[in-house]
Amino acid sequence: MKRTPKDQDSSHRKLTRRTLLLGGLQLGFAGALAARMRFLQVDQADQFRLLAEENRINIRLIAPNRGEIFDRNGVIIAQNTPSYRIVMVPEDAGDVERVIANLNRLMPLDEEDLERAHTEMRRSPPFLPITLVDQISWDDISKVAVNAPALPGITPEVGLARVYPLGGDFAHVVGYVGPVSDYDLSKIEDPEPVLRIPRFQIGKVGFEAKQEKVLRGAAGAKRVEVNAMGRVMRELDRREGEAGADMQLTLDAELQSYVQARLGQESAAAVILDVENGDLRAICSSPSFDPNLFVRGISVADYRSLTEDPYRPLADKTVQGTYPPGSTFKMVTALAGLENGVVSPEETAWCPGHLEVSGRRFHCWKRAGHGHVDLLKSLEQSCDVYYYDLAIKVGIDKISEMANKLGLGIRHDLPMSAVAAGLAPNREWKSRVHGQEWLVGDTVNASIGQGYILASPLQLAVMCGRIASGRSVTPRLIKSIDGVEEPSGAGEPLDISEAHLRDVRKAMYAVSNNRRGTGYRSRIIADGVRMAGKSGTSQVRNITAAERAAGVISNRDLPWERRDHALYVCFAPFDKPKYAVAVVVEHGGGGSSVAAPIARDVLLQALYNGTPPLEAYPAGDRRKIEAQQERLERERLKRRQESGNDQA
Amino acid sequence: MSYLEYHAKSTPTGLRKILYLNWPLVLLLAAAASVGFLMLYSVAGGSISPWLEPQLKRFLLGIGVMLAVAMVPIWFWRNISVLAYSTALLLLLAVELFGSVGMGAQRWIELGPVRLQPSELMKITLVMMLAAYYDWLPANRTSQPLFVFLPVLLILVPTFLVLKQPDLGTSILLLAAGGGVMFIAGVHWAYFVAVISAAVGLVVTVFESRGTPWQLIKDYQFRRIDTFLDPSQDPLGAGYHITQSKIALGSGGWSGRGFMQGTQSRLNFLPEKHTDFIFTTLAEEFGFVGGMTLLSIYVLIIVFCVATAISTKDRFSSLVTLGIALNFFLFFAVNMSMVMGLAPVVGVPLPLVSYGGSAMLVLLAAFGIIQSANVHRPR
Repeated sequence: MKRTPKDQDSSHRKLTRRTLLLGGLQLGFAGALAARMRFLQVDQADQFRLLAEENRINIRLIAPNRGEIFDRNGVIIAQNTPSYRIVMVPEDAGDVERVIANLNRLMPLDEEDLERAHTEMRRSPPFLPITLVDQISWDDISKVAVNAPALPGITPEVGLARVYPLGGDFAHVVGYVGPVSDYDLSKIEDPEPVLRIPRFQIGKVGFEAKQEKVLRGAAGAKRVEVNAMGRVMRELDRREGEAGADMQLTLDAELQSYVQARLGQESAAAVILDVENGDLRAICSSPSFDPNLFVRGISVADYRSLTEDPYRPLADKTVQGTYPPGSTFKMVTALAGLENGVVSPEETAWCPGHLEVSGRRFHCWKRAGHGHVDLLKSLEQSCDVYYYDLAIKVGIDKISEMANKLGLGIRHDLPMSAVAAGLAPNREWKSRVHGQEWLVGDTVNASIGQGYILASPLQLAVMCGRIASGRSVTPRLIKSIDGVEEPSGAGEPLDISEAHLRDVRKAMYAVSNNRRGTGYRSRIIADGVRMAGKSGTSQVRNITAAERAAGVISNRDLPWERRDHALYVCFAPFDKPKYAVAVVVEHGGGGSSVAAPIARDVLLQALYNGTPPLEAYPAGDRRKIEAQQERLERERLKRRQESGNDQA
Repeated sequence: MSYLEYHAKSTPTGLRKILYLNWPLVLLLAAAASVGFLMLYSVAGGSISPWLEPQLKRFLLGIGVMLAVAMVPIWFWRNISVLAYSTALLLLLAVELFGSVGMGAQRWIELGPVRLQPSELMKITLVMMLAAYYDWLPANRTSQPLFVFLPVLLILVPTFLVLKQPDLGTSILLLAAGGGVMFIAGVHWAYFVAVISAAVGLVVTVFESRGTPWQLIKDYQFRRIDTFLDPSQDPLGAGYHITQSKIALGSGGWSGRGFMQGTQSRLNFLPEKHTDFIFTTLAEEFGFVGGMTLLSIYVLIIVFCVATAISTKDRFSSLVTLGIALNFFLFFAVNMSMVMGLAPVVGVPLPLVSYGGSAMLVLLAAFGIIQSANVHRPR
């Protein structure tokens, strides 16, 4: 097509104009881009740099080392020992199932462990290590190391595991640790982040649980650089955690282990209290269990055998178990009477073998009766009628008040699980709880530690300790935390006249040392360590009039769970009390025949700080005692070897 | 002035043509590509594989193609414009019918070892076609409805085909570049006002169509628009790209975190860090200074193109140069807007810098045409 130059010129000018216009627009847009870049990179740079750091840096917690637990002499009760485990990084393993099968040929894997590992694998990204087996032996570790080429992605790792080298001896006091469960977390308000570490171990029961905060310490942290997938690229820095505080208990591991062995397989509890400062020297519940089983994860079968055992090995009978104290309560009734001026020590009551109270007949344990009974004889021979009479005169409120003074019916604050308060009731309590008026019959029952009255072995030991020392001794379990001594439990002098206490102590001495005393057969004959005690046999069933008429069935002929509880409280040396002991044997039968020998042996063991000389025992018992000492020594040696093998 | 009126002796011949190349433009292109090389080396973690080496080879090949194209007289390119456009259109149709499916879209066809993306080709041939058309059309008829309708058809047919692939980004680029050439060629203002109003109407219609059976664009495209409008809505899903990209850019600050020190790209927080989002790596590691340097190079390339276009009296040369420059501008403007959170995420690479096959080759070939216009300018 032909064009005129004029035409051309005008179209060219137009083109240039529009080009410049469009070019200008483009330049303007480029300017806008530059402004935007400036806004993001200069004005908002700090904010975005922070976001980039947040993207890239992850804080990972480092579990702190748990505080260790020692006995008063520095013997370790709970320690952290290296434990070996096998971990697998699924990504490196490749064919996960084949690798697991290979491993299974080397060391049989637990079905439960495998199940858990598979669940974990499904949940976490493939580059995170999964624990296959925990707490394995060195032998297994070496097998895995030798066969490494057949096991890609598998590495042995070493960590710290909680071990209780003394096994069952401290199972009830110290308890055990276990991995945090969802249930644990749900109970804690605003749980610390450290609890979210997989398989982090916390105290589950006992001292471990109660002192969790002190033992746990503070978590450390490391800052790691992660990529968009969460894979750790490198560690930037780390701040080590603060280890938990080491704790020293007032307990004596030697004594504890002796007592545990002495209780044997009875369903029983024993508490040994230092009356000078409230230190618990031993606090044993029997039968016991191995807390290490729980740390590793107890098998269903083992757990069932523990829960289904009628002797309740998992229960801590020393502080959780409450029993009618029976005649061991008589010191309380006696002191209530003396303090309130109702009786004097010399005053006698007449015991014909029973007492009629508002038309109901209350029997003394001795059908024939004790005749004239004063305070000393009432305790020595454990006359019931004396106390029926006394209690009616003094009234339940005064008895309850005295019981509280002596540490019954109040909860002692110990770092152990479910410490029971027991019960020392008064009128107000019955109308509040049962909506009924307190009857004089209730007072009669209470006077000899039956009926509503309930006390734990710990409370009985405290009661005995307070009578022995005349001070309001408070039990103490922690001697020191990280070397800092805890306050003593010596307590203030009791608001009870020393003369009255002395009368009661003298009567308790008679129980153990007078030929007619109920505890005479379990006496100590070494001078300077003479003991004073009181037996108790508490009924767990009602004896009906008909049954009484037909003759009370002897304990031996009853099924175990209906037999009487056997109790004994005592202290020694009489002249200068050092230790108070309470022993309860569930359904053991008679307190003087079953509980008293145990209490005596335990007391001697504590007094001599080891095996006592045979001379401390009455001559007729020595052969039997010698055999028993040898048997217990053998058992303890055997057990020590077993737990020693466990750790190796 | 038509090529027929060129005086053969007024244009350089033989090897002398090399002297008449627009060398500053060649250097600017090389500079932009070098920025790309640096970044590809960095995002690979300091390695020439897997991206830098093939990119270098492609660039050298592309420069060769550019020089070869530049040596060929501009009137040859004008003459084959219709043929080139038709070929590209046929290839687009072929993709529609036989193309391989990649990344959820039909975008390329395999021609032996070469993977050809016809939409790339179309960006250039459409500009050539329109330039040739307005070179042929007398200036006084430019705004006549029939002669306006014809180029509109030339633009819409390929746009529609690309949209069907579906490739929203490229179809918008085609539309914008075609419209740009028409505007420069002198089509009356009123048409543009009308089209822009219609476009606004269309956008409204598209949004209205959402969720109905006749929905006009794909769900994922809607989602991209949604997340563009509010990236925080879906920070780990589709909004992730924009959020992470802004974080990378912003954290670069004034002078950047240093070469190979960008945490966002090195730790894979950035998506497609070697292709569409490569600018964020640059901005993270070299900061505002680095970003501005690249932007300046781009602006200078546009300025040189505009200067070349204005200085020639040949209408085809001007239009084709400006059209290609506009295309180039749209590439980087859309890409940068996207990574800076000013536009939705559409698959548009950063020209000469992003890792990519046919895009770079086609672009350098197109600059070859601009060079040819410069070399064969009557003096």
